[in-house]
Amino acid sequence: MSKPKPKIKKEAVPMPKQDPKERGHNFNEVARGYTEEQAVAEAERCLQCVKAACVNGCPVEVDIPAFIQLVREHKFDEAIRKVKEKNSLPAICGRVCPQEEQCQANCTMGKVGDPVSIGRLERFLADWERERGYEIPQKTASTGKRVAIVGAGPAGLTAAAELIKFGHEVVVFEALHKPGGVLIYGIPEFRLPKKIVEAEAEYIEKLGTTIKMDAMIGRLRTIEELLEKFDAVFIGTGAGLPLFMRIPGENLCGIYSANEFLIRVNLMKAYAFPKSDTPIYVGKKVAVIGGGNVAMDSARCALRLGAEEVKIIYRRSKQEMPARAEEIENAEEEGIVFEFLTNPRRFVGNERGWVKAMECIRMRLGEPDASGRRRPIPIEGSEFTIDVDTVIIAIGRTPNPIIQQTTEGLQVTKWGTIVTDENAETSIEGVYAGGDIVTGEATVISAMGAGKKGARAIHKYLMKSE
Amino acid sequence: MYAIVRKRELAPHTNLFEFSAKEITVKTKPGQFVILRIDEDGERVPLTIAGANVEKGTITVVCHEVGKSTKQLGRLKEGDFVQDLLGPLGKPAEIRKFGTVLCVGGGVMVAPLHFQAEAFHEAGNTVIGVIGARTESHLIYEDEMRKVCNELHVATDDGSRGYKRMDFLKGLLKAKKVDRAIVMGPVVTMKTVSEFTRPYGIPTVVNLIPIMVDGMGMCGACRVTVGDRMMFACVDGPDFDGHQVDFEELMARLKMFTPQEKLAFVFQEEGGRSQ
Repeated sequence: MSKPKPKIKKEAVPMPKQDPKERGHNFNEVARGYTEEQAVAEAERCLQCVKAACVNGCPVEVDIPAFIQLVREHKFDEAIRKVKEKNSLPAICGRVCPQEEQCQANCTMGKVGDPVSIGRLERFLADWERERGYEIPQKTASTGKRVAIVGAGPAGLTAAAELIKFGHEVVVFEALHKPGGVLIYGIPEFRLPKKIVEAEAEYIEKLGTTIKMDAMIGRLRTIEELLEKFDAVFIGTGAGLPLFMRIPGENLCGIYSANEFLIRVNLMKAYAFPKSDTPIYVGKKVAVIGGGNVAMDSARCALRLGAEEVKIIYRRSKQEMPARAEEIENAEEEGIVFEFLTNPRRFVGNERGWVKAMECIRMRLGEPDASGRRRPIPIEGSEFTIDVDTVIIAIGRTPNPIIQQTTEGLQVTKWGTIVTDENAETSIEGVYAGGDIVTGEATVISAMGAGKKGARAIHKYLMKSE
Repeated sequence: MYAIVRKRELAPHTNLFEFSAKEITVKTKPGQFVILRIDEDGERVPLTIAGANVEKGTITVVCHEVGKSTKQLGRLKEGDFVQDLLGPLGKPAEIRKFGTVLCVGGGVMVAPLHFQAEAFHEAGNTVIGVIGARTESHLIYEDEMRKVCNELHVATDDGSRGYKRMDFLKGLLKAKKVDRAIVMGPVVTMKTVSEFTRPYGIPTVVNLIPIMVDGMGMCGACRVTVGDRMMFACVDGPDFDGHQVDFEELMARLKMFTPQEKLAFVFQEEGGRSQ
């Protein structure tokens, strides 16, 4: 008689989280991560499908069933090696990838219950390894080729790791004083601790990459000048320019772009002011405009910085919100208030030039627009005013323009993104681009996928010209 | 890390620094600025470049101690290092032959003004220089300015040297044909001088350094209203048309963090954090 198969649990092992009441007052990470036992228990839920649909959902093609099988067998070292074959930044991806729309959306278990928590397992392995010290793979024999990467964000760092593995010499030029791009300036500490970004960037350096800070390509050196010293260039400068509403009163004091707010809090550690030198001001009544992850991050930061009431003002309804479901849930748990179908019309200031109120209008949803979401239409006559003393505008970001402005012959779209062919090559030979600078604002993992694709294309180009 | 290779006290609480930053010197043009960060907990401080020496590989800035970071910088000595120096940032000033160029500077901004005046002089312009300060002892770069100006006027807020305030400019503008004016200094100086040139229709360029964080277009803290447009001083400027800038808004925005700046200053003075 064969042993009866243990029944597979329909529910995923829940992620241990910091208590909402407590975490609203600190910047420590909200999700605490699985223990070894929890990880193995979650891995047991994987059906090990022969046609692993999950892998198709992963922009960097991690061999998901294989690494999960190794977790089951308690072979954590082999499991992380398996992940790292395809993904150089697993501690980051495990935390900020929208797995529910990617790998986990395709999971067979998802048809009968919760999909396997692939992201949580990836995070578990990355943390497990980091606590024990990284294993640095042996350096590939040098090809003698040199590649310059512009921007040390997710696209650039991934491209760097890939190109090093191919045996090329890689120098990454970063304009800010720390590597990581949006991972370091944008995503808050409580969602992605900075020490993790630092450790992952350090890993990329240990692979043999040089990262040069304070180096703003376009101003310090042009792409043309880089091509004199490098055989190829990869541009991954991202979408870092804030969009504003273009409504009256937007330049009043107390109104921040989400970028400014998050750069102050994250990169410059304004939450530790005055121990750190960069200040931030957060009033009692905060309004955050927008419905994406950046809006959630801003709102949750404002709460932690002592705001009494934080409202998210979004012009569509909850269904249309682009933020991850998990982040909306976290924000709700922490007491963030949502005002759906609402849009600001103008900001009202006091005699010292500070914002004191915001005039809003109610919206209704009309026919779907180009994005497929229902278009918000103002309901005339529904205007109302809310008191605010801090406003954070989180309605999106556009591409950084410096490279486009300073590079002759580089083809650019009317949205300011760089035009590339199917091989990630730009209109200039030997110059490649990927990530938000090509697609417009998207996700960390899609930028990583683009970095990987760009690296492969550059490798092919360099070896062909041999 | 960037070394301080030369430091000179030019006036009370006002120091000239030459930083070793070879790469930056090669690209630096008058009108541009750098972002400086002293140490790991430091804020990003924008400073207008007052000169670049390609042979020596140094850039010059002149800094007046107004708050926590500038005071901390003032305590550094030759041979000390700062953590970060990013630049050159911003669009260079438009330097070409205009005819007669009026260069007006106030406070520490006289130093970067000199960098421009020198370039205007070399481009074949007749340069009328005006330098101002609070008192005589705060005047800087007078000799340097004299060398590159066809005529130089001095003004102080208290009248301890030269003209009292900038009002004499009204007469000067009445008497002389000026083709272009450059104003660098406190917002109130830029505003006043722009009002003086307005009736004559003299194109007037002001160099704005609002509060900024990254200095490369990302934060939008440095947004200013010019005409009816929102501009970012760091990437669209720092030079703008003085007749179109909303100076009132700029002044209000510059005070946005005043309470916090005071707190940081007190924290430092009470030894909250060592250098």
